[in-house]
Amino acid sequence: MTPACRSVERFRPMFDPSGVLVAGASTHPGKFGFVALHNILAGGYAGKVFATNREGGEVLGIPCATSVDDLPDGEIDLVFVCTPASANAELLRRCAAKGIPAAFVTSAGYAEAGEDGRAAQDQLVALTDELGMVLAGPNGQGFVSSPSSLCAQIVAPIPPPGRIGVASQSGNFVSSFMNYAVQTGVGISRAVSAGNAAANGVADFLDFYAADPETAVGLAYVEGIADGRAFADRIRSVAERRPLVLLKGGASAAGQRAAASHTGSLASDDAVFDGMCRQHGVTRAATVEEAFEAAATFATQPLPRGPRTVVMTTAGGWGVVTADAIARTSLELVALPDDLLAAIDEHLPPRWSRNNPVDLAGGETRDTIPTVMELIARHPGVDSIVYLGLGIQSNQGRLMREGPFHPDHGLERIVAYHERQDARFAEAAAAISERTGKPILTATELAVADPDNAGPAAVRASGRLCYASSNRAVTALDHLWRHARWRQRRGLALEPSSAS
Amino acid sequence: MSRTLSEADSKALLARHGVPVPDERVVATAAEAAAAAIEIGFPVVAKLCGDAITHKTERGLVRLRLGDATAVEEAAAELLGRATPDDGDVGVLIAPMVQGNRELIAGLHADAQFGMTVMVGIGGVLAEAVQDVSFRLVPLTRTDAEDMLDDLRTATLLGPFRGEAAVQRDKVVDLLVGLAAVAVAEPEVVSVDLNPLVVTAEGAPVAVDALVEMAS
Repeated sequence: MTPACRSVERFRPMFDPSGVLVAGASTHPGKFGFVALHNILAGGYAGKVFATNREGGEVLGIPCATSVDDLPDGEIDLVFVCTPASANAELLRRCAAKGIPAAFVTSAGYAEAGEDGRAAQDQLVALTDELGMVLAGPNGQGFVSSPSSLCAQIVAPIPPPGRIGVASQSGNFVSSFMNYAVQTGVGISRAVSAGNAAANGVADFLDFYAADPETAVGLAYVEGIADGRAFADRIRSVAERRPLVLLKGGASAAGQRAAASHTGSLASDDAVFDGMCRQHGVTRAATVEEAFEAAATFATQPLPRGPRTVVMTTAGGWGVVTADAIARTSLELVALPDDLLAAIDEHLPPRWSRNNPVDLAGGETRDTIPTVMELIARHPGVDSIVYLGLGIQSNQGRLMREGPFHPDHGLERIVAYHERQDARFAEAAAAISERTGKPILTATELAVADPDNAGPAAVRASGRLCYASSNRAVTALDHLWRHARWRQRRGLALEPSSAS
Repeated sequence: MSRTLSEADSKALLARHGVPVPDERVVATAAEAAAAAIEIGFPVVAKLCGDAITHKTERGLVRLRLGDATAVEEAAAELLGRATPDDGDVGVLIAPMVQGNRELIAGLHADAQFGMTVMVGIGGVLAEAVQDVSFRLVPLTRTDAEDMLDDLRTATLLGPFRGEAAVQRDKVVDLLVGLAAVAVAEPEVVSVDLNPLVVTAEGAPVAVDALVEMAS
């Protein structure tokens, strides 16, 4: 058995439990013990749900046992602990006796709470080791596991299902990433707040994701790292199996230190961390939205085989700015090969740009966009496409629909046509990308300015991300190419094995 | 606590692990200096060299562009006369005068979190202001070293530049892999500075100065 297989089996009862026990269920809707139960039920968890509290009674229709001893044997895989720290040792012993293999502990009062707390946390780890239980937390906000429709967390939201696996030292960043998932429609497979990470930290969960068939990419937030070398080795092993996007807090802290050598004075924490990430194939993002969008792109687009990028636009200015953005990255704004130029000439009026960016110059008829996009994507000299201008027609359509003349004067018909066309273009981008195995990224500010526009809406329906600006699409594509290049240079397959 | 090696000892240690250093020698007298310069070929550089000497330029202990044996002999005699009792054992280092418009920097640094790291970057007197550098952890593969060169923002400096050839990337890669080998084989090495790493008109990187810091 490889270590990865062991880690899958170790975390399986936590992420995909047959039944869940909320320990410390509360009737007070402000308490963790209520919120956790509420979210598990609201999330549509398909397994059995049990609850305990000291008074018995019922919370949200779930009868509460006063002792774990009164619960059935063999029906519970996970205890979600919302009891005070002082009660947890006894609770976990009784859970182990019931054969419950995994515990997520939300309780505070451990290492974050000073000397006594640290001692309590050490005892907690020793106890769960002795009992053979998997321990997540303590002081964690919970986790989400889409394949089991399990929303075992004391925070919102419930993200759409998808293939991004989130692990974070900060529970609030889990929420941030999941909020982006809700907004963009690019969903989450698993997401966990590691809390104090007493027994299992971010690297342990990433190791699970790297072997998890439900997860295509890891997305992590880290601050302090106890053992840099060990962490580096762990995340390299993850990055060899799955793309891994890292957001690091405290990048500017410490900074330059006084050093005897020039090399030492140039060795800021940030520069060394950056080098470590690049060396180990880890995608480092500078901001929270950049991190999410990189992960969403890894999850929904194929990896490019090279840097050669074509910008396809319905209007000149967007293309120029996108070309500038590409010039700041490792991507290449490839000169259009002669045979591709000639092929596009067949479909556009002579005024088109005849250059990259491919500016259609308003010369498109009904089928031009899908046809030209397919020609570009099929060309062996092109690795990726950034497509701009989606949704313009529907935007005019909206103005007409909301104006005083709709639906007369032929407006109803033209609005419907505009919306059909934009939906078609978005569907074509996804379908051509799938057929050719090349990334095609669609960018328009309408993705946030008017998410209901038929263009962005159809991109979301295709399961892909509609980028809010072309430079954000270029940044994400640059991350994909850098990771692909890292794999190529080391003889690693571009498509990571789906599972181990 | 740590101690530094003399420039000559620093270069000898680095050369043992494949870091390319100029053909140079340390001599005890002015006459030997002239003889060494004739062997190496003019023009040469003369520097006063010793374990305790770390700031040669600041103390005026470097003589550049010495074009014949007489100039070398005079410079060596003058440098030996500048040695103070605090300098301990000293000699004169005679090295070829390496010239080039481009300067890189390379080195080893022990990071508090990740341990020994290798660095390459844009060097010279502006290195700390420009901060165009790339780090990797030891051990280092050739592929890692090639990636480091791609990291540099000022990549145009690595191509053909003002009539000089493109930097010979293979030689920089050799040097970085050699530095990493030093870190692996010599655990008492705390840091290494190669600054500047002058790029010759032919594009070859040459460590014209080297400082190795050892744990003591």
